[in-house]
Amino acid sequence: MEAIKRYFRSPAAVIGLILLLIVIAMAISASFLYPHDPLSLAGRPLLWPLTNPRFPLGTDNSGRDIAAQIFYGARISLLIGGVATAIAILTGIVVGAFAGFYGGWVDNVLMRITEAFQTLPNFLLLLVLVAVFGSTLTTVTFAVGIVSWPAPARLTRAEFLSLRNREFVQAGRTLGMKDLQLIVGEILPNALPPVIVYASVVMAVAILLESALAFLHLSDPNVASWGNLIGLGRDVLRVQWYVSAIPGVAILVTVLAVSLVGQGLNDALNPRLKRR
Amino acid sequence: MSEAATATLSIEGLSVRLPAGADRTRALRDVTLSVAPNELLCIVGESGSGKSMMANAIMRLLPNEVTIDGGRMVFAGRDLAAAGEAEMRSLRGSDIAMIFQEPMTALNPLRTIGDQIAEVFSIHTELSRTEIASKVLALLADVHISDPKAAARAYPHELSGGQRQRAMIAMALALDPKLLIADEPTTALDVTTQAQILKLIRDLQQRRKTSVMFITHDFGVVAEIANRVVVMQHGAIVEQGPAATVLNNPQAAYTKQLIASVPPLTAPPPRRLSQEDILTISGLSKTYRTGGILGRGARTTKAVDNVSLKLPKGATLGIVGESGSGKSTLARCLVRLIAPDEGSIMLLGKDFVKMPRAQGRQETRHIQMVFQDPFASLNPRRKAVDLVAQGPIIHGKPRATAIAEAKELFALVGLDPSAADRFPHEFSGGQRQRIGLARALALRPAVLVADEPVSALDVSVQAQVLKLLADLRERLGLSVVFITHDLRVAAQICDLVAVMKDGAIVEHGLAGEVFANPQHAYTQALLASVPGGAFARQHASEAL
Amino acid sequence: MRILSLAGRRLAASIPTLFLILIGVFLLLQFAPGDTVDAMMAQMGGGDAATARELRHFYGLDLSIPVQLGNYLWRLVRLDLGFSSIYGKPVATVILERLPPTLLLMTSALSFAFFFGIVFGVIAARGFNRWPDTLISTLGLIFYATPSFWFGLMTIVIFSIYLQWLPPGGFEDIGTVQTGIWRIIDIARHLILPSLTLGLIFLAIYLRIMRASMLEVLNLDYVRTARAKGLDETGLVIRHVLRNALLPMVTLIGLQAGTMLGGSVVVESVFSLPGLGRLAYESVVQRDLNTLLGIVFVSALLVIAVNFAVDLIYARLDPRITVES
Repeated sequence: MEAIKRYFRSPAAVIGLILLLIVIAMAISASFLYPHDPLSLAGRPLLWPLTNPRFPLGTDNSGRDIAAQIFYGARISLLIGGVATAIAILTGIVVGAFAGFYGGWVDNVLMRITEAFQTLPNFLLLLVLVAVFGSTLTTVTFAVGIVSWPAPARLTRAEFLSLRNREFVQAGRTLGMKDLQLIVGEILPNALPPVIVYASVVMAVAILLESALAFLHLSDPNVASWGNLIGLGRDVLRVQWYVSAIPGVAILVTVLAVSLVGQGLNDALNPRLKRR
Repeated sequence: MSEAATATLSIEGLSVRLPAGADRTRALRDVTLSVAPNELLCIVGESGSGKSMMANAIMRLLPNEVTIDGGRMVFAGRDLAAAGEAEMRSLRGSDIAMIFQEPMTALNPLRTIGDQIAEVFSIHTELSRTEIASKVLALLADVHISDPKAAARAYPHELSGGQRQRAMIAMALALDPKLLIADEPTTALDVTTQAQILKLIRDLQQRRKTSVMFITHDFGVVAEIANRVVVMQHGAIVEQGPAATVLNNPQAAYTKQLIASVPPLTAPPPRRLSQEDILTISGLSKTYRTGGILGRGARTTKAVDNVSLKLPKGATLGIVGESGSGKSTLARCLVRLIAPDEGSIMLLGKDFVKMPRAQGRQETRHIQMVFQDPFASLNPRRKAVDLVAQGPIIHGKPRATAIAEAKELFALVGLDPSAADRFPHEFSGGQRQRIGLARALALRPAVLVADEPVSALDVSVQAQVLKLLADLRERLGLSVVFITHDLRVAAQICDLVAVMKDGAIVEHGLAGEVFANPQHAYTQALLASVPGGAFARQHASEAL
Repeated sequence: MRILSLAGRRLAASIPTLFLILIGVFLLLQFAPGDTVDAMMAQMGGGDAATARELRHFYGLDLSIPVQLGNYLWRLVRLDLGFSSIYGKPVATVILERLPPTLLLMTSALSFAFFFGIVFGVIAARGFNRWPDTLISTLGLIFYATPSFWFGLMTIVIFSIYLQWLPPGGFEDIGTVQTGIWRIIDIARHLILPSLTLGLIFLAIYLRIMRASMLEVLNLDYVRTARAKGLDETGLVIRHVLRNALLPMVTLIGLQAGTMLGGSVVVESVFSLPGLGRLAYESVVQRDLNTLLGIVFVSALLVIAVNFAVDLIYARLDPRITVES
């Protein structure tokens, strides 16, 4: 397709895709390369990277293999990022579509609720949700998803607001289409591209939110996540700063990759003539 | 040549190249023309003719990737094509000025009119603030803006389209430029406003002895104000000469085609109309309320004010009005896109206004609409054949039958049925309007409502689509409600005409009578405002 | 006057939103596994059921939920935020004590991000598709992808541990008592790294938006008109482009106010600042739900106040905003 060719014309987009594929590969290969539980004792604590060939990235305060935790951590980040994003996007599309299409009191009520979510700082809401529902993997994923739906909802609503008065939608009405047919058949396929691209932004933020929670020891402590590791490394920051530094680089690379892919998709799907 | 030596601007062999990947390699090919002092030259062409590109080339305001790759533009002894940027900047606004098509977007919305006009002075002169202020007021008075003081303090969105265009003209003429380039300055305005601005430009040109290069697509405008004419097509000059010569004795085939495409103002001989009325509109009203808190300070606008009309079976009723007249609202009330506040619409014995929603969805098949914008009226993600077959499928027809009938309709509207599997963006504007027409006809409606169906098309394409409509009307016995702002188009195709202003019908009757003998002052003003009206009448009487 | 009435109407419209938030969070907190009394008893080292019942009665926690909600809202209207069981002081007092560091942090982070966002955005837009643009845009992307807490830790490692230029945390030196200008300088030194950390991600966002906004405005018709008047590029940018391109930036401040407050939770934890963010974290960990609710209330108020100010500024900048829009 034209769009795929356009995507590969941008070097940044290609780099992003490669990086993302590397992270995905890490996640998939984790159990092959490191068959034991990454949170189990593996060697002497606080070994520096590159000093022992068995631990290329060193060990943390409890003697656990950092490289193993990085590989397994990729699974957590991608999993939480992916599922939370899916929750946020699906909820956002449904809310935004109905608010934008019907307007009037439906729009008013839905927008008040969206505004309520947006006025409250989303990390605070995350804290409240974790305080109430606990810190398991499932609850954290849902919490991140719940905190992230307002922005896709606003975006979808804006698209619907501008599309519902387009002449081809009016034409659909004169042909006798019902409301649901118009929403799903005519408007949604045209409204989706910017929202799908925005999913990359949501995913980037979701990964950052979860790792911040983990850093504060408020996420699931029983899984090997990058945020957890950074939080652990804080205690030994003075000398063994690599314990915190390495997982941070992993987060940076992953979020960067997701952002680049998102931007590449955006440019590929909406080619703008680059005029002066 | 002595003519070129004394010309204000002399263009010799100008070529402008487009970047790779554009639909053509050159926007302008070897263009040679000149503008004499104290002369109004009209450049006429359709979209893609290169006329706007030439205006941008003269000002050296071409987009980055578009370059001049041949020729000279001699102005006041120097070649503009070779001049440096600093030199061009000193010329722009003071020796050569330009006015643009869309007055709304051509002015900075965050700064006052007076401020923006004053800027011309502050860029090129050393005058003091008070001197500039008084000059600004004098300019605004010169362009006949009502209340120059208030206009100078106003922001662009607070003025009407016509006033903004006057302000732009004032801004352009501030430093008495030798050459004024006007790029379709009246195309986006109402017919009556258009006439006023045309008159203003011609008066100013004669008074100040400025050379004016007026770009337009409308030969009527040429007839109204031009001294000389240049006709362009696909980036090259097709014909040029004194206006009277070219208009009355066109040499090139394209020129003849363009002149012929301008619809004359006289109506064709009237057809026999049926006695039976298929559509009856009675007392239709729609009011909009905006603003106001708790009912105070609200503004009410009567978009449609107590409109009553009858459409005989098989006839075409034209509804003519400028923007804001309510004609589009009326059209949308007819197809149930807008719910009127009062009145009734009787079609086939049923009142469409009072119908409940579900029944309305069923009955809407009897009255279908063709929309104005060929780009926005087709869902870009559906194939053309699906767009046409959608309607019948919704109303119960099996898919295979609907697709087959859709392809027949394609042939009916003059499109190749094998192209039916393409997407809208692969068709031209005129072709898309035909698809829209096919879609509207797919449900075999009793009445067709055409909302400005040709306004967004080039003149030559316009003529073709109108001819198609007339053909279909005969063959299928369609009754049509034809909405337009262009009286010339209405004269061509309508049996009856109703003139709308501010939501109300001010005059209506048989087309021939309304055009020959307008009763209401507004109708008379509309007819007088049609550019080139005098030429068209003379032209038509000669043809008979 | 028009501006005030317009912003005032938007403000009035936020009141139902505020109530929605409070009611929502209050009801949410009812699902929490332990309440304030449980936390207090844990602090006291245990107690019997009778004590628990008495305490619950004292704090009105044994009433039905709608009644509790009503009581709470009624107290809120009188700005009584209840009592913090952990700190042993009224919640309002605790919050007021912790507010200044957060406000200072947010203001300096915002100023840093806004100012440099504009500067770099303009430079990137002017050098569109050439190396300044590519460099700045790439940096912007990297800053956006950087987790703020990690960045904070890394700056501590570099500037406090290795270079020893700046303090690793805290609001001011506790050892010595400073007054006047020296105190201000001391606080400023302590706030440099936190402001940089908090502002980093917003710098990335503002820079991207400013660049996009400039590019969009540069393609608009009235810029072409200004060029046709003979205006040079610098004059063009200053007189026609900047003000118009700034409008989306101003809106963004309002939209990002909440995110910035959220970000301060993490930054204050990293740098051990005694601010509202860290208070929120502590109340979650120690299950002081009263304080948490109070922080939610104050945060929402702050965001609404910032949006009100933004509305005023926007209406002042853009004459097209009328009462109807």
